Amino acid sequence: MSASTPAASPLGSAASASTARAATAPRPAPRRSRGLGNWLLPTYSVLALVFLLIPIVYTIVFSFNKSLKSNISWNGFTFSNWTNVCDQQDVCAAFGTSILIGVTATVIATTLGTMIAIALVRYRFRFRAVTSLLIFLPMATPEVVMGAGLAAQFLSAGVPKGIGTIIIAHSMFCLSFVVVTVKARVASLDPALEEAGRDLYGSPSQVFMRVTFPLLLPGILAAALLSFSLSFDDFIITYFNAGTVQTFPTYIYISATRGIPAQANVIASAVFLIAIAIVVISQIVTQSRAKRLAKVQ
Amino acid sequence: MAMTAFAGAPTQAEPAPRRQSKIALVLLLPGILYLVLFFIVPLVSLVITSLEAPAPDGSGTFQYAFNWQNYVDSVGTYSTQIFRSFLYALLATVFALLFSYPLAYFIGVKVRKWPLLQSFMLILVIAPFFISFLLRTLAWKTILADEGPIVTSLKALSLLGPQTHITGTPVAVVFGLTYNFIPFMCLPLYTTLERLDIRYLEASSDLYGTPASTFWRVTIPLSLPGIVSGTLLTFIPAAGDYVNASQEFLGGASSSMIGNVIQSNFLVQLNYPAAAALSIVLMLVILIIVGSYVRRAGTDDLL
Repeated sequence: MSASTPAASPLGSAASASTARAATAPRPAPRRSRGLGNWLLPTYSVLALVFLLIPIVYTIVFSFNKSLKSNISWNGFTFSNWTNVCDQQDVCAAFGTSILIGVTATVIATTLGTMIAIALVRYRFRFRAVTSLLIFLPMATPEVVMGAGLAAQFLSAGVPKGIGTIIIAHSMFCLSFVVVTVKARVASLDPALEEAGRDLYGSPSQVFMRVTFPLLLPGILAAALLSFSLSFDDFIITYFNAGTVQTFPTYIYISATRGIPAQANVIASAVFLIAIAIVVISQIVTQSRAKRLAKVQ
Repeated sequence: MAMTAFAGAPTQAEPAPRRQSKIALVLLLPGILYLVLFFIVPLVSLVITSLEAPAPDGSGTFQYAFNWQNYVDSVGTYSTQIFRSFLYALLATVFALLFSYPLAYFIGVKVRKWPLLQSFMLILVIAPFFISFLLRTLAWKTILADEGPIVTSLKALSLLGPQTHITGTPVAVVFGLTYNFIPFMCLPLYTTLERLDIRYLEASSDLYGTPASTFWRVTIPLSLPGIVSGTLLTFIPAAGDYVNASQEFLGGASSSMIGNVIQSNFLVQLNYPAAAALSIVLMLVILIIVGSYVRRAGTDDLL
């Protein structure tokens, strides 16, 4: 029995679909309401995604603007901002500082965070709940509080602010995100694989290096990518602990009043395109691997 | 992505416990020490700083004096900004939820059949993460400026009075907060909706549930963990944010938030005790809100 919905009036179809169903069918009608409901959600979603992309497109477009000191009104198309990025020496220097800080903080946070994630999933110990809470808290604390706290601590300890203090701060807030990301991966790991390694007389370190670590690698890489982008884009905590050092975000914040050179847009656009390329490639690799696995099974 | 994991890391069934607690200790100790040293100790020194009083020698430095008055003074002086922060953060959270839920539902449930399209749309959702937070906020500032396309066309249609602005108003600040935290809302929603078993929805409609009652009584409760972590991930940073509200960005003199006050007290006026007291107040209020909210929503297992 086909309890087909009248397709004649798209507006009334939702209502009539339910009455038709109630009247006739022990086997219910197709659940998705026909007509309006069928394209309302897709249209909304496309528009929502377009809305999310507006400032990104704006930033990329204005990296090609023939601009002088400030980069607010459109003066014509040029490639020269891209070819002469380091004409604005401040922008380039700030970018270099941000890369240095991002890489160092990522290495520290990823190492410490992965160790914690493994311990949390694989071992039973006392103070487990306290440890989880300690890892959760930095993610539930506003950046302004962590920034001011670290700055107050450095102040009372007499530590001069600089690249070192920024790295300390960034490693701290990235650490929790690494733990959470890697932990999900450790939890999904089949312990039987490591057991097999031990059964085959692998020493604990061999088992770790040749079984556990390669299996965890995708999670660790995702965590590292996340740490780097969190560190690279952090402004609030950095501003409290930077002293006179300028990272890319603090440079933009300080220049916002007198106008941001188009070179800043160039760097932001380039970073954006590289990051998106990495994400897209890793998605394609994961999906094709999943397809191959599905075929094998 | 962290948010994905945040939304509900699979709580693993009985981990194989091993007895070498020494290994666990070696694995845990460096990271835990790091967090204690650079997260807990700074909070303690913030509390100490918040109780300091100006040194009697008038050198402009501060010394510890158990000066409770700092809290009374700073909360009294900045009560408007404190209230405003939580109001703006609440509005931004509600708008971000209303904006993100249909989108996350579409990507997580409707597009499930096409995994490639699904991951493509997901990448677009997180795309704003990869472009500078400050630059995208400044982009909105230019777009919403008085000479920008939005304001000029609204004025041409007489929907906006000739003397009105968007930038520098609370509307712009809430807009900026909403925009900037939408990915934080969308991702956890997506993670729970992606795992939503469609058979529950089918069961509901088999039992003569209307689409609306299915949505309210099946879909929403099943996606509650995503709603809880999404709203927290939006509300917490939004309440402490000061970029959107600062005058160089989307805010104005009458829209500054607690973050702006903390920043100017700490970095400009060098009034460390006031800044520290306000930070502690912000942190405590957030912990209370988050604690009671999580308890009410009944999902204690966020990690």
